Amino acid sequence: MDALKQELKERIINALNLEDISIDDIQDNDPLFGDGLGLDSIDALELIVLLDKEYGIKLADPKQGKEIFQSVETMAQFVAANRTK
Amino acid sequence: MKNCYINGIGNVSIQSVDFDVFESEIAEIQILNKAQQPSYKDLIAPAMSRRMAKGVKMGIYAANKALFNAKMVDPQAVIVGTGLGCIEDSEKFLEAIIDNDEQFLTPTAFIQSTHNTVAAQIALHLQCKAYNFTYVNGSNSFESALFDAFMQLKHFNKENILIGGVDEIAPYTFSMYEMIGKVKQSGEEVNFKNPQTKGIALAEGATFFALSNHKTNNSYAEVLDVMLFNAFKDNEATEINTFLAKNNLSVSDLDVVFFGVNADVHQQEFYNRMKAIFNEIPQAYYQHISGSYDTASAFGLKVAAEIIQKQQYPKVVQYNNIEPTKIEKILMINQFNNTDFSFVLLSKC
Repeated sequence: MDALKQELKERIINALNLEDISIDDIQDNDPLFGDGLGLDSIDALELIVLLDKEYGIKLADPKQGKEIFQSVETMAQFVAANRTK
Repeated sequence: MKNCYINGIGNVSIQSVDFDVFESEIAEIQILNKAQQPSYKDLIAPAMSRRMAKGVKMGIYAANKALFNAKMVDPQAVIVGTGLGCIEDSEKFLEAIIDNDEQFLTPTAFIQSTHNTVAAQIALHLQCKAYNFTYVNGSNSFESALFDAFMQLKHFNKENILIGGVDEIAPYTFSMYEMIGKVKQSGEEVNFKNPQTKGIALAEGATFFALSNHKTNNSYAEVLDVMLFNAFKDNEATEINTFLAKNNLSVSDLDVVFFGVNADVHQQEFYNRMKAIFNEIPQAYYQHISGSYDTASAFGLKVAAEIIQKQQYPKVVQYNNIEPTKIEKILMINQFNNTDFSFVLLSKC
């Protein structure tokens, strides 16, 4: 699970072009939206595409994203349970 | 009818960030020349900057510099000229379509890939809800923006207008240019005075101007007239004389003529004819400093305006051996590939 969290952090930084942020700056339970990393709705779309492309997970209901994308921890749990690749 | 003054200038170019044509060393031109990027952190929040294309960042930086330079806070129009817009993001978006078999398409590169992104982002940055327009007319893109602003200032009661030209380099586009011979081949000499090979030395940059119908202590020059066209209808000398006569001038009244020579042997034939028409006039050039791109003429206008304001004629721009005795009227002549011709006439103010 730790390796998956590290991988997710790296992919989030690359996909969202988070300048000046390193893997060490993102704690597992930091909120991704709002006060944490400050991501917005366009980033949410990028994360949905990232799950599909890298882990073969299609989000049937976009509302699921609110829970899945709370933090790297919640993302990792969801990916581990649902990944097809 | 009111006048059109250049009151502020901002620029990002392949030269150093604080480049001064009168004092700075000039970086030698290569076949591919990337712009020297300034620090954007003080101007653009990181959360915004991470999604911005290079052309958008260069445009916002140059636009802010121009406004600050002119002490202008309320432009009534933002008008931008660009040949290819944010082509780097267009490439990213198209590559993603191919690489991912038309799936997994993300929004950011697509949002940036439209030509009018730069003008729109500048307006958002300034919270300017006024007229916002982008001209995409090849190598006359900047002149189209200038002509629009010129008309609005002179005839439509606008007071302050921000205009600019911006273009960026993208790797796939450069490789296409290499393939069709638009840029020079690796190892070929880049010679602006006596070119022997076809192709240009490609570059990128953004140059913005705060234009106003009010003259200020910071005014660089007055834009007397702008003309752009696809082809000469008449004999070249006749058409130039007609343009000058419309402004009550003749060739001998010009103090300097600026050519957009671009080191391409085929395009040099036009400029050789221009050299003959203006053989008794000081001749200047600028693309050996800026490199060549669709809106490089905006950089040329910046240099010409600075020369008029400072009343100095730096050696680095001299194309022939004649030096001006005064610097009051400058004519700029640009073209690309024997089309997209333009005349811009400047005057001391």
